[in-house]
Amino acid sequence: MISFLLILITALFFPGIILRIKSITSGRKGPDILQPWKNILILLRKSSTFSSTTSYIFQIAPVIYITTIICAMLLMPFAGYKLIFGFNGDFILFAYLLALGKFFFILSAMDTGSSFEGMGANREALYSMLVEPAFFILIGTIALLTGYTSMQEIFANLQLANHYYFIISIILIYLLIQIAMIENSRMPVDDPKTHLELTMIHEVMILDHCGFDLALIQIGTTLKFAIYGTFIANFVIPVNLPIVLQLSIYFSTQIIFAAIIGFLESFRARKKLMKNPQFIVSLSSIALVAFILSLLLLHQMLK
Amino acid sequence: MMDFLLILPVVLSLLILIISSKLRYYFALFITLYVSVISSIPAISLLINFGSTPFVFYIFSTEIIIDNLSAFFMIVTNFTMLTGMLFSKGYLQPYLSKKSSYEIAIHYCNYLLLHVSMLLVLVFRNGFAFLIAWELMAVSSFILILFEGEKRSTLKTAVNYLIQMHIGFVFLLIAFLICQSETGNISFDALKIYFANHNNSFLFMMFFVGFAIKAGFIPLHTWLPDAHPAAPSHVSGTMSGVMIKMGIYGIIRVLSYVHFDLYLIGFFILLISAISGILGVMFAIIQHDLKKLLAYHSIENIGIIGMGIGLGTIGLGINNPLLVMLGFSGALLHVLNHSLFKSLLFYSAGSVYKNYHTHNIEQLGGVIHKMPKTAAFFLIGSIAICGLPPLNGFISEFLIYLGLFKGLTTGTFHNSILMLLAIIALVLIGGLAIFCFTKVFSVVFLGTSRKKMENEVNEVGNDMLFPQLLISLAIIAIGLFPMIFIKPITIIVSGLFKINTDSYILSITDTFSKIGIISITLIVITGSLIILRSKMLKKRKVNYGTTWGCGSANISGKQQYTGSSFANNFSDIARPLLHIKKEYNQISENEIFPAKRSFYTHPEDVFKKTILKIVDFLMMILKKLARLQTGQIQHYILYAFIFILLIFILMYLKFI
Repeated sequence: MISFLLILITALFFPGIILRIKSITSGRKGPDILQPWKNILILLRKSSTFSSTTSYIFQIAPVIYITTIICAMLLMPFAGYKLIFGFNGDFILFAYLLALGKFFFILSAMDTGSSFEGMGANREALYSMLVEPAFFILIGTIALLTGYTSMQEIFANLQLANHYYFIISIILIYLLIQIAMIENSRMPVDDPKTHLELTMIHEVMILDHCGFDLALIQIGTTLKFAIYGTFIANFVIPVNLPIVLQLSIYFSTQIIFAAIIGFLESFRARKKLMKNPQFIVSLSSIALVAFILSLLLLHQMLK
Repeated sequence: MMDFLLILPVVLSLLILIISSKLRYYFALFITLYVSVISSIPAISLLINFGSTPFVFYIFSTEIIIDNLSAFFMIVTNFTMLTGMLFSKGYLQPYLSKKSSYEIAIHYCNYLLLHVSMLLVLVFRNGFAFLIAWELMAVSSFILILFEGEKRSTLKTAVNYLIQMHIGFVFLLIAFLICQSETGNISFDALKIYFANHNNSFLFMMFFVGFAIKAGFIPLHTWLPDAHPAAPSHVSGTMSGVMIKMGIYGIIRVLSYVHFDLYLIGFFILLISAISGILGVMFAIIQHDLKKLLAYHSIENIGIIGMGIGLGTIGLGINNPLLVMLGFSGALLHVLNHSLFKSLLFYSAGSVYKNYHTHNIEQLGGVIHKMPKTAAFFLIGSIAICGLPPLNGFISEFLIYLGLFKGLTTGTFHNSILMLLAIIALVLIGGLAIFCFTKVFSVVFLGTSRKKMENEVNEVGNDMLFPQLLISLAIIAIGLFPMIFIKPITIIVSGLFKINTDSYILSITDTFSKIGIISITLIVITGSLIILRSKMLKKRKVNYGTTWGCGSANISGKQQYTGSSFANNFSDIARPLLHIKKEYNQISENEIFPAKRSFYTHPEDVFKKTILKIVDFLMMILKKLARLQTGQIQHYILYAFIFILLIFILMYLKFI
């Protein structure tokens, strides 16, 4: 349950930090750290307008999107502490829960019958399909390093497993950051701040959502970021430290993660849409390299 | 007594030809029920008691054995055949006036024969009896496909189907005959003796090819994407749901006797299944024909089942009972799951066809507003087939995933790489399936309609919705309470391959009860949030307007994404593997006011093209040889003389 609460706390500040960093780097003061949540609260109080072409799918999709994320949060471990819902292969359920949310999200975009949203929906479908293997190879690598198949056991044993861990973990953390950026439709692949519908992915899919539904989607996206941040934090938090230190490492990791995103988005240009699939597939091949590397190292060690 | 009980349905199904057309459906339903009940009683009692002693009895001195594996497949068969029969009442309604009474009677008669023959395939152990049942299955399904035989394409497809089934049959026959010549006996049990003393991989390959044609493994699948769309929907549902699974049954049955080379065989099955899975779903994405698309998904799911079997066989090869249990349990559970969601999808596609008279998804759209219940069933089927929680498809894929990850962590160097590649294949299959079903569901059911309908479309009747409801409940039950279904399956597997799995049951129980809890949590949170949302919206003023169109309020159905445009960015990437013919004329430079244009895409099956090339080559040679056939008796006598002379020379030279 610790990670569940931690993700909630982090999510409060996460979007604010990204926004602040982006403002500062572009020479502005920037809004209050809690401003994104204030916006969400305003949205929650607003009334709604629905497109008359839509059906019940459009109405339930945002709810399912956020519940899948909440359920995925239940599976996230923290520094090897015992998890109520930890079991063998929990990361498979984790990935597939997020996929279920995306499935409904794509359907809700297509439900409007809009040519823009169709465009976003099919890009999202393609990119999330392409990024999935990278995530699974990454999990496969750490499962191989530790010999366990549940996230809690993997992270409890990862750093102790062998001393090559630190070499490989650099690649893995890099990959995780990139995967998090793609899964949350951020910079090199998608830019949430762009104002041309033709070049957007995630934002174009929510053109017709408003009020309560839009708030749910934004909360979901924020939580998803915090989940990936927790994932990265699990790589760096040593398991045998007192909890106060672990918590401080956790929060500093999350802040650094948010800052990295802020900096990346400030100084990096978005890729051409045509180049995106190549970029995403290249992540899988990097992950594959990490896997083969750890396999080689493991067998060398055993000999 | 037993003889009588088993012969009765065959006689009764022939009786259907003379019964009055009003009572015919109810009579057929009665026989289906009778057959299902009489065969399910021993099957269920076997699975509930976890009894390892199979039922053995004789009809006409032919041995019939119902063991755990047969029992499992029998229950799957009975359920799907029953829902198919229930669905057929509404689906065949429009045909009653078009078709003659005899054609309908022959259809039902063959439906029943298909049911009986599949059950017989599962219980016969004697090779000849098995092959006769196998043949009966092929012929009855051939006549079922031929239902709309007045269409030339259907006729062609059906004959193609019959030929391919017989190629498979020949492989099985030869395999059994090899076994007989070596052991003097022709039955599955004789295989045990054969495999203990001879080279295993060759005979297994003969069986595998024979069974794989039925199951639809790529590249032996070419009959499948044509035959399923040609048949009426309840037949495609049952054919795809259970008939192709007879191939899987055969493979598992033969595997249970194999002694040596298990690692190699497992590797081979895993490889060909991964290829089938990925290519199957890739071909599916580019289809426009709804039923053809579903047929390609059958190939994909056969691939997933095969990956489970391959994993289990590798487990047997390296002596790892956990892999055996996870692999084969995943495969068997996926057999059940696929029979459920695939028949559901075919039935709801049939409902759409009944009202819109087209399978072309590019002409549909906005069906959810006219047929909300059918749309809901199709949605359930889509989520299940994509392997997403909380429905049943996830559970079986999870078992296979877990097995692959376990193999990854425990295996050797080669094994780890193999398992990782299999994981990537399974992930890709899952991702592509999601891509495909978001496309199908949204193009067919969401948005607005693309074609003007002449008459008002309404939801189909309750008689067609009821079987879909039954299947949906089963799908949800497996998703939410997986343990109830997995436990008997692990017992089947451990009995069949004689492995001890008791030590793993505890961790499996823990895993699946937690998955069940999370699935239920998911549903509870979703439900309560939906209630909260509707309460919030009730207090506020909700407006309705047109979809935002960049300032334009004149939105028409033509602006929506079509199936082709949704698949476009995928087919760009996958172009080397797929063949899509585009048919359009480009806008020329001096065309200031563009004329009206059309755009069509025609997806083609690469394998079918290759096979056709080989066939064309053979035809060319045969045509040249046909010159020998002059029709003059003197020439034939000359050939006979040359032949005798040839034998004489060969004997003289001591070649023969």
